Amino acid sequence: MKAFAALVAREVRLAWTGGGLWLPVIFYLAVATLFPFVTGPDKALLARTGGGILWIAALLATLLPIERLILPDRQAGILDQLALRGWSDELVATAKIIGQIFAFALPLLLATVVGSALIGLPEAQLGTLLLGLALALPALSGLSVTIAALTAGLSGASALGGLLLVPITIPLLIFGAGTLSENPGNAMQLLAATALAITALSPFAAGAALRAGRT
Amino acid sequence: MSSRQAPLPSIIVDNVAVIRGNRLVLRGLTVTARSGDIIWVRGANGCGKSTLLRLIAGLLYATAGSIKAEGRIALADENVALDANLTVEKALMFWADMDGASADARGAALADMDLQALAQVPVRFLSTGQRKRASIARVLASKADIWLLDEPYNGLDSASCARLDQAITAHAATGGIVLVAAHQPPSINVAHSLILDRPEADA
Repeated sequence: MKAFAALVAREVRLAWTGGGLWLPVIFYLAVATLFPFVTGPDKALLARTGGGILWIAALLATLLPIERLILPDRQAGILDQLALRGWSDELVATAKIIGQIFAFALPLLLATVVGSALIGLPEAQLGTLLLGLALALPALSGLSVTIAALTAGLSGASALGGLLLVPITIPLLIFGAGTLSENPGNAMQLLAATALAITALSPFAAGAALRAGRT
Repeated sequence: MSSRQAPLPSIIVDNVAVIRGNRLVLRGLTVTARSGDIIWVRGANGCGKSTLLRLIAGLLYATAGSIKAEGRIALADENVALDANLTVEKALMFWADMDGASADARGAALADMDLQALAQVPVRFLSTGQRKRASIARVLASKADIWLLDEPYNGLDSASCARLDQAITAHAATGGIVLVAAHQPPSINVAHSLILDRPEADA
Protein backbone atom coordinates (compact mmCIF):
# COMPACT_ATOMS: atom_id res chain seq x y z
CA MET A 1 0.00 0.00 0.00
CA LYS A 2 2.88 2.31 0.88
CA ALA A 3 4.58 1.41 -2.36
CA PHE A 4 1.36 2.12 -4.25
CA ALA A 5 1.10 5.55 -2.61
CA ALA A 6 4.75 6.17 -3.51
CA LEU A 7 3.99 5.41 -7.15
CA VAL A 8 0.97 7.74 -7.17
CA ALA A 9 3.07 10.45 -5.51
CA ARG A 10 5.72 9.94 -8.17
CA GLU A 11 3.13 10.52 -10.91
CA VAL A 12 2.05 13.77 -9.31
CA ARG A 13 5.66 14.87 -8.82
CA LEU A 14 6.51 14.09 -12.45
CA ALA A 15 3.50 16.09 -13.62
CA TRP A 16 4.46 18.96 -11.34
CA THR A 17 8.12 19.10 -12.40
CA GLY A 18 7.66 18.09 -16.02
CA GLY A 19 5.15 20.84 -16.86
CA GLY A 20 2.43 18.25 -17.36
CA LEU A 21 0.34 19.85 -14.66
CA TRP A 22 0.19 23.38 -16.05
CA LEU A 23 -0.09 22.64 -19.73
CA PRO A 24 -3.69 21.30 -19.69
CA VAL A 25 -4.75 24.06 -17.28
CA ILE A 26 -3.27 26.79 -19.46
CA PHE A 27 -4.82 25.25 -22.57
CA TYR A 28 -8.19 25.02 -20.85
CA LEU A 29 -8.11 28.61 -19.69
CA ALA A 30 -6.84 29.79 -23.07
CA VAL A 31 -9.94 28.33 -24.71
CA ALA A 32 -12.13 30.03 -22.12
CA THR A 33 -10.33 33.31 -22.79
CA LEU A 34 -10.50 33.09 -26.57
CA PHE A 35 -14.09 31.92 -26.92
CA PRO A 36 -15.73 35.30 -26.08
CA PHE A 37 -13.54 36.92 -28.75
CA VAL A 38 -15.14 34.68 -31.34
CA THR A 39 -18.76 35.07 -30.29
CA GLY A 40 -18.63 38.67 -29.27
CA PRO A 41 -19.77 40.00 -25.89
CA ASP A 42 -23.30 38.62 -26.23
CA LYS A 43 -24.01 37.58 -22.65
CA ALA A 44 -26.98 35.38 -23.44
CA LEU A 45 -25.08 33.50 -26.16
CA LEU A 46 -22.04 32.98 -23.92
CA ALA A 47 -24.22 31.71 -21.12
CA ARG A 48 -25.90 29.26 -23.48
CA THR A 49 -22.77 27.91 -25.23
CA GLY A 50 -19.97 28.55 -22.72
CA GLY A 51 -20.50 25.39 -20.70
CA GLY A 52 -20.30 23.24 -23.83
CA ILE A 53 -17.07 24.90 -24.89
CA LEU A 54 -15.52 24.15 -21.50
CA TRP A 55 -16.56 20.52 -21.94
CA ILE A 56 -14.82 20.34 -25.31
CA ALA A 57 -11.75 22.08 -23.90
CA ALA A 58 -11.59 19.56 -21.04
CA LEU A 59 -11.80 16.63 -23.46
CA LEU A 60 -9.05 18.00 -25.67
CA ALA A 61 -6.86 18.92 -22.69
CA THR A 62 -6.87 15.19 -21.89
CA LEU A 63 -4.62 14.64 -24.88
CA LEU A 64 -1.88 16.98 -23.71
CA PRO A 65 -0.18 14.83 -21.06
CA ILE A 66 -0.38 11.60 -23.11
CA GLU A 67 3.17 11.55 -24.43
CA ARG A 68 4.80 11.78 -21.05
CA LEU A 69 2.59 9.28 -19.24
CA ILE A 70 3.94 5.91 -20.34
CA LEU A 71 6.70 6.22 -22.93
CA PRO A 72 9.39 7.84 -20.72
CA ASP A 73 8.81 5.19 -18.04
CA ARG A 74 9.06 2.39 -20.56
CA GLN A 75 12.25 3.79 -22.09
CA ALA A 76 13.84 4.37 -18.69
CA GLY A 77 13.09 0.80 -17.62
CA ILE A 78 10.83 1.93 -14.75
CA LEU A 79 7.97 -0.30 -15.97
CA ASP A 80 10.32 -3.29 -16.17
CA GLN A 81 11.52 -2.67 -12.64
CA LEU A 82 7.94 -2.55 -11.36
CA ALA A 83 7.02 -5.75 -13.20
CA LEU A 84 10.14 -7.38 -11.77
CA ARG A 85 8.94 -6.53 -8.26
CA GLY A 86 5.70 -8.39 -8.89
CA TRP A 87 3.50 -5.42 -9.73
CA SER A 88 0.67 -6.35 -12.05
CA ASP A 89 0.31 -4.08 -15.05
CA GLU A 90 -3.24 -3.28 -13.95
CA LEU A 91 -1.96 -2.03 -10.61
CA VAL A 92 0.67 0.15 -12.30
CA ALA A 93 -2.06 1.53 -14.57
CA THR A 94 -4.32 2.18 -11.58
CA ALA A 95 -1.56 4.11 -9.82
CA LYS A 96 -1.01 6.17 -12.94
CA ILE A 97 -4.72 6.88 -13.32
CA ILE A 98 -5.02 7.98 -9.69
CA GLY A 99 -1.92 10.11 -10.22
CA GLN A 100 -3.66 11.68 -13.20
CA ILE A 101 -6.75 12.40 -11.13
CA PHE A 102 -4.56 14.43 -8.80
CA ALA A 103 -2.32 15.97 -11.45
CA PHE A 104 -4.88 16.57 -14.19
CA ALA A 105 -8.50 16.22 -13.05
CA LEU A 106 -8.30 18.28 -9.86
CA PRO A 107 -6.36 21.22 -11.36
CA LEU A 108 -8.79 21.29 -14.29
CA LEU A 109 -11.74 21.30 -11.92
CA LEU A 110 -10.25 24.25 -10.07
CA ALA A 111 -9.55 25.98 -13.36
CA THR A 112 -13.22 25.56 -14.27
CA VAL A 113 -14.13 28.09 -11.61
CA VAL A 114 -11.81 30.60 -13.28
CA GLY A 115 -12.82 29.54 -16.79
CA SER A 116 -16.53 29.93 -16.17
CA ALA A 117 -15.89 33.43 -14.81
CA LEU A 118 -13.92 34.28 -17.95
CA ILE A 119 -16.80 33.14 -20.13
CA GLY A 120 -19.37 34.71 -17.87
CA LEU A 121 -21.34 31.57 -17.11
CA PRO A 122 -24.35 32.08 -14.86
CA GLU A 123 -23.60 31.00 -11.31
CA ALA A 124 -26.43 28.50 -11.32
CA GLN A 125 -24.73 26.65 -14.20
CA LEU A 126 -21.31 26.57 -12.53
CA GLY A 127 -22.46 24.05 -9.95
CA THR A 128 -23.85 21.71 -12.62
CA LEU A 129 -20.75 22.12 -14.76
CA LEU A 130 -18.45 21.33 -11.83
CA LEU A 131 -20.48 18.27 -10.87
CA GLY A 132 -20.54 17.00 -14.45
CA LEU A 133 -16.80 17.52 -14.93
CA ALA A 134 -16.06 15.96 -11.53
CA LEU A 135 -17.85 12.84 -12.78
CA ALA A 136 -16.20 12.82 -16.19
CA LEU A 137 -12.62 13.79 -15.35
CA PRO A 138 -11.68 10.49 -13.65
CA ALA A 139 -12.86 8.74 -16.82
CA LEU A 140 -10.79 11.12 -18.92
CA SER A 141 -7.79 10.41 -16.66
CA GLY A 142 -8.31 6.70 -17.23
CA LEU A 143 -8.59 7.22 -20.97
CA SER A 144 -5.43 9.32 -21.13
CA VAL A 145 -3.41 6.58 -19.41
CA THR A 146 -4.99 3.90 -21.60
CA ILE A 147 -4.30 5.81 -24.80
CA ALA A 148 -0.77 6.61 -23.63
CA ALA A 149 -0.15 2.90 -23.02
CA LEU A 150 -1.63 1.95 -26.40
CA THR A 151 0.36 4.50 -28.40
CA ALA A 152 3.65 4.47 -26.45
CA GLY A 153 6.52 4.14 -28.89
CA LEU A 154 4.43 4.60 -32.02
CA SER A 155 5.32 7.43 -34.35
CA GLY A 156 2.65 10.11 -34.44
CA ALA A 157 1.42 8.97 -31.04
CA SER A 158 -0.36 12.20 -30.20
CA ALA A 159 -2.25 12.36 -33.50
CA LEU A 160 -3.27 8.73 -33.07
CA GLY A 161 -4.22 9.53 -29.49
CA GLY A 162 -6.64 12.16 -30.72
CA LEU A 163 -8.24 9.70 -33.11
CA LEU A 164 -8.65 7.16 -30.32
CA LEU A 165 -9.94 9.60 -27.75
CA VAL A 166 -12.63 11.38 -29.73
CA PRO A 167 -14.97 8.44 -30.44
CA ILE A 168 -14.72 7.07 -26.90
CA THR A 169 -15.50 10.43 -25.34
CA ILE A 170 -18.57 11.17 -27.48
CA PRO A 171 -20.99 9.66 -24.89
CA LEU A 172 -19.32 11.67 -22.14
CA LEU A 173 -19.64 14.81 -24.20
CA ILE A 174 -23.29 14.20 -25.14
CA PHE A 175 -24.40 13.49 -21.57
CA GLY A 176 -22.09 16.19 -20.22
CA ALA A 177 -23.60 18.80 -22.50
CA GLY A 178 -27.01 17.42 -21.64
CA THR A 179 -26.49 18.27 -17.99
CA LEU A 180 -26.27 21.94 -18.98
CA SER A 181 -29.87 21.95 -20.21
CA GLU A 182 -32.88 23.08 -18.21
CA ASN A 183 -33.45 19.69 -16.64
CA PRO A 184 -30.04 18.08 -15.94
CA GLY A 185 -31.21 15.14 -13.81
CA ASN A 186 -31.38 12.32 -16.37
CA ALA A 187 -28.30 13.42 -18.27
CA MET A 188 -26.33 13.58 -15.02
CA GLN A 189 -27.29 10.00 -14.20
CA LEU A 190 -26.32 8.76 -17.64
CA LEU A 191 -23.08 10.74 -17.44
CA ALA A 192 -22.29 9.20 -14.06
CA ALA A 193 -22.96 5.69 -15.39
CA THR A 194 -20.87 6.18 -18.53
CA ALA A 195 -18.02 7.82 -16.65
CA LEU A 196 -18.03 5.11 -14.01
CA ALA A 197 -17.91 2.37 -16.63
CA ILE A 198 -14.99 4.01 -18.45
CA THR A 199 -13.12 4.70 -15.20
CA ALA A 200 -13.59 1.14 -13.98
CA LEU A 201 -12.53 -0.47 -17.25
CA SER A 202 -9.55 1.73 -17.99
CA PRO A 203 -7.06 0.10 -15.57
CA PHE A 204 -7.64 -3.24 -17.31
CA ALA A 205 -7.37 -1.79 -20.80
CA ALA A 206 -4.27 0.20 -19.89
CA GLY A 207 -2.78 -2.80 -18.08
CA ALA A 208 -3.28 -5.03 -21.11
CA ALA A 209 -1.67 -2.39 -23.31
CA LEU A 210 1.30 -2.14 -20.95
CA ARG A 211 1.74 -5.91 -21.01
CA ALA A 212 1.48 -6.07 -24.79
CA GLY A 213 4.09 -3.33 -25.11
CA ARG A 214 6.73 -5.14 -23.08
CA THR A 215 9.46 -6.58 -25.27
CA MET B 1 7.81 -10.91 -3.10
CA SER B 2 9.08 -13.96 -1.18
CA SER B 3 9.23 -13.99 2.59
CA ARG B 4 12.36 -13.72 4.72
CA GLN B 5 12.27 -17.42 5.50
CA ALA B 6 12.46 -18.29 1.81
CA PRO B 7 14.67 -21.20 0.83
CA LEU B 8 18.10 -20.55 -0.63
CA PRO B 9 17.97 -18.70 -3.91
CA SER B 10 18.16 -20.80 -7.03
CA ILE B 11 17.52 -20.52 -10.73
CA ILE B 12 16.52 -23.45 -12.89
CA VAL B 13 16.23 -22.79 -16.59
CA ASP B 14 15.19 -26.03 -18.22
CA ASN B 15 15.46 -26.65 -21.94
CA VAL B 16 14.19 -23.21 -22.85
CA ALA B 17 13.48 -21.88 -26.32
CA VAL B 18 12.52 -18.32 -27.10
CA ILE B 19 11.15 -16.90 -30.33
CA ARG B 20 11.20 -13.11 -30.62
CA GLY B 21 9.94 -11.39 -33.71
CA ASN B 22 9.86 -14.62 -35.75
CA ARG B 23 13.46 -15.34 -34.85
CA LEU B 24 14.68 -18.19 -32.69
CA VAL B 25 16.82 -16.44 -30.09
CA LEU B 26 17.43 -19.23 -27.62
CA ARG B 27 17.10 -22.97 -28.09
CA GLY B 28 17.53 -25.92 -25.75
CA LEU B 29 19.10 -23.76 -23.08
CA THR B 30 19.54 -25.27 -19.65
CA VAL B 31 21.12 -23.32 -16.81
CA THR B 32 21.12 -24.12 -13.14
CA ALA B 33 22.33 -21.73 -10.49
CA ARG B 34 22.49 -22.34 -6.79
CA SER B 35 23.20 -20.09 -3.85
CA GLY B 36 26.71 -18.66 -4.17
CA ASP B 37 27.03 -19.12 -7.94
CA ILE B 38 28.37 -16.50 -10.28
CA ILE B 39 27.30 -17.24 -13.82
CA TRP B 40 29.08 -15.42 -16.55
CA VAL B 41 26.98 -15.47 -19.68
CA ARG B 42 29.16 -14.82 -22.69
CA GLY B 43 28.54 -14.78 -26.39
CA ALA B 44 28.47 -12.73 -29.52
CA ASN B 45 26.09 -9.79 -29.95
CA GLY B 46 22.54 -10.95 -30.40
CA CYS B 47 23.09 -14.45 -29.09
CA GLY B 48 20.36 -13.97 -26.48
CA LYS B 49 22.23 -12.89 -23.34
CA SER B 50 19.81 -10.08 -22.53
CA THR B 51 16.90 -12.31 -23.51
CA LEU B 52 18.05 -14.89 -20.97
CA LEU B 53 18.24 -12.26 -18.22
CA ARG B 54 14.79 -10.88 -19.08
CA LEU B 55 13.40 -14.43 -19.10
CA ILE B 56 14.70 -15.11 -15.62
CA ALA B 57 13.39 -11.73 -14.48
CA GLY B 58 9.94 -12.78 -15.70
CA LEU B 59 9.71 -9.93 -18.21
CA LEU B 60 9.57 -12.32 -21.16
CA TYR B 61 7.90 -15.64 -21.59
CA ALA B 62 9.62 -18.72 -22.94
CA THR B 63 8.16 -20.27 -26.05
CA ALA B 64 9.09 -23.70 -24.71
CA GLY B 65 10.69 -25.05 -21.57
CA SER B 66 10.41 -23.83 -18.01
CA ILE B 67 12.07 -21.27 -15.79
CA LYS B 68 12.02 -21.31 -12.02
CA ALA B 69 13.66 -18.61 -9.96
CA GLU B 70 13.58 -18.77 -6.18
CA GLY B 71 14.40 -15.58 -4.36
CA ARG B 72 14.07 -11.88 -4.99
CA ILE B 73 15.51 -10.63 -8.24
CA ALA B 74 17.19 -7.34 -9.12
CA LEU B 75 17.98 -6.38 -12.68
CA ALA B 76 20.37 -3.82 -14.11
CA ASP B 77 20.16 -3.64 -17.87
CA GLU B 78 20.87 -0.85 -20.33
CA ASN B 79 18.06 1.24 -18.78
CA VAL B 80 19.12 3.06 -15.66
CA ALA B 81 15.50 3.11 -14.33
CA LEU B 82 16.15 6.16 -12.16
CA ASP B 83 14.14 9.37 -12.46
CA ALA B 84 16.26 11.80 -14.45
CA ASN B 85 15.17 14.88 -12.54
CA LEU B 86 15.87 13.49 -9.09
CA THR B 87 19.24 13.45 -7.38
CA VAL B 88 21.02 10.10 -7.38
CA GLU B 89 20.21 9.65 -3.70
CA LYS B 90 16.50 10.45 -4.07
CA ALA B 91 16.15 8.32 -7.19
CA LEU B 92 17.74 5.36 -5.41
CA MET B 93 15.54 6.01 -2.40
CA PHE B 94 12.40 5.52 -4.53
CA TRP B 95 13.35 1.92 -5.29
CA ALA B 96 14.94 1.26 -1.91
CA ASP B 97 11.67 2.29 -0.22
CA MET B 98 9.77 0.06 -2.59
CA ASP B 99 12.07 -2.84 -1.73
CA GLY B 100 11.89 -2.06 1.97
CA ALA B 101 15.66 -1.56 2.08
CA SER B 102 17.13 0.38 4.97
CA ALA B 103 18.88 3.74 4.73
CA ASP B 104 22.09 1.95 5.70
CA ALA B 105 21.80 -0.41 2.76
CA ARG B 106 21.30 2.55 0.47
CA GLY B 107 24.29 4.39 1.93
CA ALA B 108 26.43 1.28 1.62
CA ALA B 109 25.39 0.85 -2.00
CA LEU B 110 26.35 4.43 -2.76
CA ALA B 111 29.70 3.91 -1.04
CA ASP B 112 30.33 0.59 -2.82
CA MET B 113 29.90 2.25 -6.19
CA ASP B 114 31.83 5.38 -5.08
CA LEU B 115 28.79 7.59 -5.65
CA GLN B 116 28.79 9.62 -2.42
CA ALA B 117 30.24 12.65 -4.17
CA LEU B 118 27.49 12.40 -6.79
CA ALA B 119 24.64 11.69 -4.35
CA GLN B 120 23.17 15.17 -4.70
CA VAL B 121 23.63 15.43 -8.47
CA PRO B 122 20.50 14.98 -10.63
CA VAL B 123 20.59 11.72 -12.57
CA ARG B 124 20.31 13.51 -15.93
CA PHE B 125 23.76 15.09 -15.44
CA LEU B 126 25.57 11.77 -14.95
CA SER B 127 28.00 10.44 -17.53
CA THR B 128 27.56 7.00 -19.12
CA GLY B 129 29.80 5.29 -16.60
CA GLN B 130 28.28 7.15 -13.68
CA ARG B 131 24.78 6.15 -14.79
CA LYS B 132 25.91 2.54 -14.98
CA ARG B 133 27.30 2.80 -11.46
CA ALA B 134 24.02 4.32 -10.24
CA SER B 135 22.01 1.48 -11.76
CA ILE B 136 24.35 -1.06 -10.15
CA ALA B 137 23.94 0.79 -6.83
CA ARG B 138 20.18 0.34 -7.27
CA VAL B 139 20.74 -3.42 -7.49
CA LEU B 140 23.09 -3.39 -4.49
CA ALA B 141 20.61 -1.41 -2.36
CA SER B 142 17.73 -3.74 -3.24
CA LYS B 143 19.17 -6.56 -1.09
CA ALA B 144 17.81 -8.99 -3.67
CA ASP B 145 19.05 -12.58 -3.68
CA ILE B 146 19.54 -12.79 -7.42
CA TRP B 147 21.36 -10.13 -9.37
CA LEU B 148 20.91 -10.01 -13.12
CA LEU B 149 23.52 -7.69 -14.61
CA ASP B 150 23.42 -6.99 -18.32
CA GLU B 151 26.75 -5.70 -19.60
CA PRO B 152 27.55 -4.13 -16.23
CA TYR B 153 31.14 -3.35 -17.19
CA ASN B 154 30.22 -1.20 -20.18
CA GLY B 155 31.39 2.36 -19.70
CA LEU B 156 33.04 1.70 -16.36
CA ASP B 157 36.60 2.86 -15.67
CA SER B 158 39.07 0.34 -14.26
CA ALA B 159 38.59 1.47 -10.66
CA SER B 160 34.82 1.04 -10.98
CA CYS B 161 35.29 -2.37 -12.64
CA ALA B 162 37.31 -3.44 -9.61
CA ARG B 163 34.56 -2.18 -7.28
CA LEU B 164 31.95 -4.10 -9.26
CA ASP B 165 34.11 -7.25 -9.19
CA GLN B 166 34.33 -6.89 -5.44
CA ALA B 167 30.57 -6.35 -5.04
CA ILE B 168 29.75 -9.40 -7.19
CA THR B 169 32.21 -11.61 -5.32
CA ALA B 170 30.91 -10.40 -1.95
CA HIS B 171 27.29 -11.04 -2.97
CA ALA B 172 28.09 -14.58 -4.08
CA ALA B 173 30.08 -15.18 -0.89
CA THR B 174 27.00 -14.32 1.19
CA GLY B 175 24.89 -16.85 -0.69
CA GLY B 176 23.50 -14.74 -3.48
CA ILE B 177 23.40 -15.54 -7.17
CA VAL B 178 24.85 -13.26 -9.81
CA LEU B 179 24.25 -13.60 -13.52
CA VAL B 180 26.53 -11.39 -15.55
CA ALA B 181 25.95 -11.01 -19.27
CA ALA B 182 29.10 -9.66 -20.85
CA HIS B 183 31.01 -9.98 -24.06
CA GLN B 184 34.41 -9.93 -22.40
CA PRO B 185 36.03 -12.79 -20.46
CA PRO B 186 35.37 -12.88 -16.73
CA SER B 187 37.56 -10.58 -14.66
CA ILE B 188 36.79 -12.31 -11.39
CA ASN B 189 37.27 -15.71 -9.86
CA VAL B 190 34.57 -17.75 -11.53
CA ALA B 191 35.33 -21.05 -9.87
CA HIS B 192 31.62 -21.49 -9.15
CA SER B 193 30.53 -20.40 -12.53
CA LEU B 194 29.46 -21.75 -15.82
CA ILE B 195 30.46 -20.04 -19.00
CA LEU B 196 27.85 -20.11 -21.71
CA ASP B 197 29.01 -19.46 -25.20
CA ARG B 198 26.33 -19.78 -27.80
CA PRO B 199 27.42 -17.94 -30.87
CA GLU B 200 25.50 -20.31 -33.15
CA ALA B 201 22.14 -19.79 -31.45
CA ASP B 202 20.49 -18.12 -34.43
CA ALA B 203 20.29 -21.35 -36.39
